[in-house]
Amino acid sequence: MSPLHLYDRPAVYLVLAAFLLAAGGYGLVRRRTFIGMLISGELIFSAAALNVLALNRFVAPDPAKGQVFVLFIIGLAAAEVAITLSIIIAIYRNYRSIHSKELAELKG
Amino acid sequence: MPGSEFVLAGLFGLIVATTLGGALLAVLATRVIRSVAGLAICAVGLAGCYAFLQSPFLALMEILIYVGAVCVTIIFGVMLTEPDEPPPPESHRREAWWGGAALLVGAAVFGGIARLGLTGAWPAAAARPADGSVQAIGVALLTTYSLPFELISLVLVVAILGALVIARRGRGGP
Repeated sequence: MSPLHLYDRPAVYLVLAAFLLAAGGYGLVRRRTFIGMLISGELIFSAAALNVLALNRFVAPDPAKGQVFVLFIIGLAAAEVAITLSIIIAIYRNYRSIHSKELAELKG
Repeated sequence: MPGSEFVLAGLFGLIVATTLGGALLAVLATRVIRSVAGLAICAVGLAGCYAFLQSPFLALMEILIYVGAVCVTIIFGVMLTEPDEPPPPESHRREAWWGGAALLVGAAVFGGIARLGLTGAWPAAAARPADGSVQAIGVALLTTYSLPFELISLVLVVAILGALVIARRGRGGP
């Protein structure tokens, strides 16, 4: 296989999606603020979307289905960001901090 | 054209490098605003990947939604809070231990899934009766997938209302 036609192979996209997933997981563990964790979660959403779209392009018989599915993933990610940011702002109003270490109690 | 495949290969390499660099910047930057910029760069690279996967409509949507909506919303969140990472309060050794553990888990996830993707015998697509054009997506959204389409608009309305309710409570002093 020639490196010139790498964009026509599913493996490149699958490995890229695996990297995005791993980076998102690493960020979820390492980040100490909620906004950083939210960004890592978005990376995981992107990994799922890229994976679905790569398999849709190379394996699935009907290419429109996977694109509709990825549209739904993007819409759900947008809804998740809206909810999470409002929760973060509510937490910041109550605690004056969004560092995950300082929010260790559940009772408000 | 004789040189067009070199241009395509170079463009693809650039796009993959953009995605990787954006993801690394999003995860590793210490200032949160740089992390948001990394997410935007990663979204631009992903849009290029989608274009290479013959989905130009999704490439447009990725840039419109991720760069135009999600990143801007997160920047609003950054402005309304003070999200910069504090200096690590725990001891240096404990910090290094957690970093090593997270790196190990990330490398294991990446290695395992990349191995699955590389060694899997992906069958070639059989007959492709429909093309993935914008027209086909629109027809699919309004016929086969009309119920999920309505459901996701309902989800978005509920998310907007819920975000307003949650962020409104507590106004007027903690």
